[in-house]
Amino acid sequence: MKRAIFLNALLAVALLSLTGTGCKKKLNTAVTPIPAIRVAEVPPNQQPEPPRTPTNLGQQRGQQFPPPALPPANPTGPDAGLTQTLPTNPDKGLTGGIPATPLDQIDGMNQDTNHFAGQMVFFDYDSATVKRSETSKVNTVGDELKGRPEVKLLIDGHCDERGTEEYNRALGERRALSLREYLVSYGLSPDRIRTRSWGEDRPLESGHDESAWSKNRRGEFILLLPPGSK
Amino acid sequence: MKHPLGLVSFFATAIVIFSTAVTAADAGAERLEINRDATKRTPISLVGYSGEAAAVLRFDLEIAGFLLTSEEKAAYVLKGDNEGQVRGLLTDVIAKSIRLNKGFAGGSTRSQAHALSDAVVEAITGQHGIASTKIAFKVHNGPNSEIYISDYDAHNAKALTSDNTVVAAPCWVPHQRRLYYTTYVFGNADIVSHDLNSGARQVVARYSGSNLSPSASPDGRFLAMVLSKGGSPDIYVADADGGNARQLTRSREDESSPCWSPDGRTILFATKMNGRRVLATVPAAGGQVERLKIGAVVNPSEPDWSPDGKWIVFTAQMGGFHLYKVQAGGGDAEEICEGEDGSWASNSRTLVFTRRSGGGKRGLSLLDVPTKEIKDVGQNLGVCSQPSWAR
Repeated sequence: MKRAIFLNALLAVALLSLTGTGCKKKLNTAVTPIPAIRVAEVPPNQQPEPPRTPTNLGQQRGQQFPPPALPPANPTGPDAGLTQTLPTNPDKGLTGGIPATPLDQIDGMNQDTNHFAGQMVFFDYDSATVKRSETSKVNTVGDELKGRPEVKLLIDGHCDERGTEEYNRALGERRALSLREYLVSYGLSPDRIRTRSWGEDRPLESGHDESAWSKNRRGEFILLLPPGSK
Repeated sequence: MKHPLGLVSFFATAIVIFSTAVTAADAGAERLEINRDATKRTPISLVGYSGEAAAVLRFDLEIAGFLLTSEEKAAYVLKGDNEGQVRGLLTDVIAKSIRLNKGFAGGSTRSQAHALSDAVVEAITGQHGIASTKIAFKVHNGPNSEIYISDYDAHNAKALTSDNTVVAAPCWVPHQRRLYYTTYVFGNADIVSHDLNSGARQVVARYSGSNLSPSASPDGRFLAMVLSKGGSPDIYVADADGGNARQLTRSREDESSPCWSPDGRTILFATKMNGRRVLATVPAAGGQVERLKIGAVVNPSEPDWSPDGKWIVFTAQMGGFHLYKVQAGGGDAEEICEGEDGSWASNSRTLVFTRRSGGGKRGLSLLDVPTKEIKDVGQNLGVCSQPSWAR
């Protein structure tokens, strides 16, 4: 009798442990190990390694940067770039400005960033208007280009840090375009002038006050020389 | 370009090694934490975890809107360990039921812990977790900058470029391992498409003037961008490879930062009207430009439309920079927090954005919009900005 009870108890215990019912479940320990996939991580105190990308683009096997495409600047034809569409009232939302010059007319020229260093133009906060006090410098640039028909111009637009980055990138372009429009009204062909914006990424001064900001809100003129000339 | 295995394994996630089916008897009354008051954090307790796994679980759950607390005060208990694999048993204290019993192996400890916190978030809220998602951003390096990608918490960061030039505005293509960004590597502001599977890059916009602010359509088939080739920065839409570009705006003002509605029909961007900075919409197929009403908030820019279609986050510049949100149809915008350039996660609840501190420092932060929980991330990476969340 005692043995039967004992056996029954044993059976009951065995059954209970098999079904495993009850409020508390044990963590499943039947884990199938899977070979770990190595995932590279950056240790918290280190700079991550740059990728092994060659810096000399276009020269490496498998490098998929094609030579820059040269789409037309103006879909209505190459001569359309010569039309001036200067607005009489900026607030009327007149269409665009002067369509850009095709890149193939400017690529391949040598850049002289120092030549017009004295003619840097400064802008008011959040403005792309060429101030009257700045126009004599732009006229100087215009005069030189009139006298040297073989050279061209690249205008870089910059902003101070007090705007969001993409807003500033567009504002810098607007500043460069304003200078281009001024020079076109001064008598230069728009085909000779290209624009570029650096937003707030290339300040002249690294401070964080109006003294620095006022110097960073600028347009810079880069003289473009035909290949092979000085 | 030699494509390192590292980038492939970057996307490898931990694998579920077991998942015990939760039977009806165990579950008791299915109690989804709908969380009617989403501003209140759900109290949860972690038991048995250590080291990095514990830190990751804590981070993930806090930014998901949970309050880490002691067992006595918790509504849920996650009990487990991280010896080799990260495992957890989640019990609902009030309903006295088990909500999940899972373990993860493969990948790294971090990815295993992220996978477990995602499972916890899904079991309790019914929503997908975002702990295993990725972000892209810009890292400044003196006068230059590079594009980086990382886990959403800025760990496992990898440089995608090393061109020693200026880059800007990375934008993930939804549901693809592909990014657009602006690069000056050819001496001009050009837009490229960068395939993360092959490492191949392709120029998609290199018009004269500046090619800026790329934004992929929700289905990945189109690209919105700002081109100045017409004489002023305007919004254009093209195919994903840059072909067939169509001009959508024609104004003397500078447009910037286009983004797409989740249904792909509308493009929202920053511009000026009557001298005032505004946000405006235009149909992606072309049509009328209309101002978005945002109430009394001024100087808006950098909008992003939540994936569920309901909210628009944008940056307002009134003194400093502040993130605001407004209902997608327009209304009175509400301030969220100090910061700029927000990007929504796929859950339409979490934002990654940039915060500036003194002296030119910028860094990335995460924000849980309902509970206002903020976590700064990526401090070891230096000056970072312009984040884009992979959706």
